[in-house]
Amino acid sequence: MDQPVFIAGLGVISAIGNTVAQNLLSLEQEKTGIAPIRYLDTEHRDEFPVGEVKLSNDELAELSGFKPGISRTAMLNLIAVREALTDAGIANLAALRTGFVSANTVGGMDKTEDFFRDFLSDNAKGRLRDVVNHECGAVTNLVADQLGIRHYVSTISTACSSSANAIMYGARLIKNHMLDVVIAGGTDALTRFTLNGFNTLMILDKQPCQPFDANRRGLNLGEGAGYVVLVSERIAASLKKELYCTLSGYHNANDAYHQTASSPEGTGSLLAMEGALKRSGLQPANIGYINLHGTGTQNNDSSEGAAISKLFAGHNPKMSSTKAFTGHTLGASGGIEAVFSALAVQRGLVYPNLRFETPIEGFSFTPETRFSSQPAIKHVLSNSFGFGGNCSSLIFSKL
Amino acid sequence: MYIRAASNISPQNTFGNQPFLQELAEYTGDRLSCIEPDYKALIDPKLIRRMSRIIKMGVAAGMDCLKQAGIQIPDAIITGTAYGCLEDTNTFLSKMVQQNEEALAPTAFIQSTHNTISAQIALLLQCHQYNNTFVNGGASFENALLDAMMLLYEGEASNVLVGGIDEVTANSHAILKRMGLYRSQPVSNFELFNAPGKGTMAGEGSAFFILSKEASGADWAKIDSVSSFYKPRNTAEIKQQISIFLQSQNTNIHEIDLVITGNNGDLKNDAVYGQLQQYDFAGVPAINYKALCGEYPTSSAFAMWLAAHEIKNGTCSFVSESEEIPLKKVLIYNHYQMIHHSLILLSAC
Amino acid sequence: MDKLIADLKEQIIEQLNLQDVKPEDIGDDQPLFGDGLGLDSIDALELIVLLQQKYKVKLSNAEDGPKIFRSVRTIAEFIESNKIPNA
Repeated sequence: MDQPVFIAGLGVISAIGNTVAQNLLSLEQEKTGIAPIRYLDTEHRDEFPVGEVKLSNDELAELSGFKPGISRTAMLNLIAVREALTDAGIANLAALRTGFVSANTVGGMDKTEDFFRDFLSDNAKGRLRDVVNHECGAVTNLVADQLGIRHYVSTISTACSSSANAIMYGARLIKNHMLDVVIAGGTDALTRFTLNGFNTLMILDKQPCQPFDANRRGLNLGEGAGYVVLVSERIAASLKKELYCTLSGYHNANDAYHQTASSPEGTGSLLAMEGALKRSGLQPANIGYINLHGTGTQNNDSSEGAAISKLFAGHNPKMSSTKAFTGHTLGASGGIEAVFSALAVQRGLVYPNLRFETPIEGFSFTPETRFSSQPAIKHVLSNSFGFGGNCSSLIFSKL
Repeated sequence: MYIRAASNISPQNTFGNQPFLQELAEYTGDRLSCIEPDYKALIDPKLIRRMSRIIKMGVAAGMDCLKQAGIQIPDAIITGTAYGCLEDTNTFLSKMVQQNEEALAPTAFIQSTHNTISAQIALLLQCHQYNNTFVNGGASFENALLDAMMLLYEGEASNVLVGGIDEVTANSHAILKRMGLYRSQPVSNFELFNAPGKGTMAGEGSAFFILSKEASGADWAKIDSVSSFYKPRNTAEIKQQISIFLQSQNTNIHEIDLVITGNNGDLKNDAVYGQLQQYDFAGVPAINYKALCGEYPTSSAFAMWLAAHEIKNGTCSFVSESEEIPLKKVLIYNHYQMIHHSLILLSAC
Repeated sequence: MDKLIADLKEQIIEQLNLQDVKPEDIGDDQPLFGDGLGLDSIDALELIVLLQQKYKVKLSNAEDGPKIFRSVRTIAEFIESNKIPNA
């Protein structure tokens, strides 16, 4: 039952680049993707900085090959998945049991917003083609159809931990001998719906965010997509390329504290991290780097920090939140950060927590502030926590 | 794996201590709506005030299911919902457009999150265990079911709460109607199959189950397997999927005592069921269920409730010739809009 | 002030959908959060919207919430002291 699951391919598009190589370069050069709103059509344009992918819908259509008019969520999705698949270089994909497990939280909401402008004044109005892909699952289908994947297609939505759960579910489908290859991760486009939604919660930072800083003011929303290609041991052995790492641990737990707020002691995040460690057979001291959930809100960072302080007391690994680069990409964040984590463990990299200035009182650790090479890193932990207390942790281990 | 308990809020009188489908509810038009219980008896009024209709339906069925099974905290809570909390989404989206992104209240946005139902159940129970939500169109419930079965198989869980939930709202109904999903002329759900035509009737529901690894001695049925497949190219491929599925369970169609199919009264939609019944399922008693609950992406949860109930009762109440034959194996085959197809196999304990 | 307090109680009940609570059940000085009426952080955000919509009073920092939303009376006082004078 417990066969290992390997990561054979990576694909990412985010505010700091349209490919894995571009993302890595921005991380290395410490170049943030947070900037004033340029593409999203919103009343809050000049109010909140965001992590937009630096391409218009037309440019994304061209890059993805989708016809213009398709949801931005789907275009981002296809671009990242295609990169991941090309990277994995699996020759006979069609002959294998290949699954696509994708996460998102907004689905085709960007187009539904356009539709609703007309529809609300008269429910016979609005172009149906703008609302036909509203559902989260419809976005997954659009991409699956482009790639010709039919064997197993699934969509998960658990708020900001969505794509970590997609990766976990994909790995389990392989471990249970149901699939050979799974492309897993998540996508989300920036929409008015989410921007306004997070604005009602008053947790959007009007400046570039400062995760894990004592003076943090909130989060910046971002967008993008991040996918990993998971393969079974048998497929891994047949590939003529260097694999990135194994997915050695994963766990989901629920904070069960409040619909949106995290518990002060980080019950759910602690359980998720402990569970992932237990599955991988590792001790806290084995973890070399933590890619934090680190949204930059008062609540998240103090809760996550409390759990980390407790679990890693005495042997804190290096850690950082890359959301200072990408913004909080919601349903895509676990996927994008899985890509960053896989690269971190393969190449021994630690990413900086941009704009960190003042440590939070009471925590035994401070995040890394510079990009560095750390060849000794053997295991990387990635955290993703969402609304509804949904907490997931993944562990990536060196081959 | 066993179905230890089931709870179903649907357009029929299925919730609570009701005799099994004795008096059927008739709907004329193009839509069936859930018969909702008095939630105050089921959910703490302090927590209920923010819940929209679908959240109440989901939480009430989930909590009732746990109560029936005598389980305080399940080892996992998994839901499937294609559309999620549509009314909350609609509320926030409409206000955002109408108020031009100004002075918006947070509750509808928070509750619109797709995992709200599974999260609210966890919160009510203080359940820190695995919690997941699938939003995969017509396979949302099947994916949740597979996740639950894998957890039981992996030894990660002994009892899992799993449910399928979707709602119809005024706006979703209006939009799907414009897309041609529903009948243009009013029809009675009792007459849906006597007058097949273009379109079906909209439906909704919330059905939850406790799946257990071990037998309790009072289980409704065993769940043998679930499978979903995506956009088959033709009927031959559907037939092949069905035969592979049955083979994997060391059975064949002749050992199936009852087939439950997803006919919805739309000629195009039902063509595949007709072909199967004529050839592959020939001679096997067959019933369909969407006259009871309407068409919606997670309606297979209603079908599974129906199948489990029939198996618990021992005979099928809708097929006269099977009255004397005890139900040992029931196969459910459904598809939603020809996109996701699914197979669920249940058997007697 | 008394009129404002009475109005506020009705509006709070409506905005927060406090089923089974009547205006007379809420004391002018009764704590709204925690053990009092049992409101939480989401309600505080709802109340901010209520003040903005009904009274055109804007609260830009969520952290001021606990002080202002301590009781119906403190809300009323906040509205009074922040009202835009009639031109």
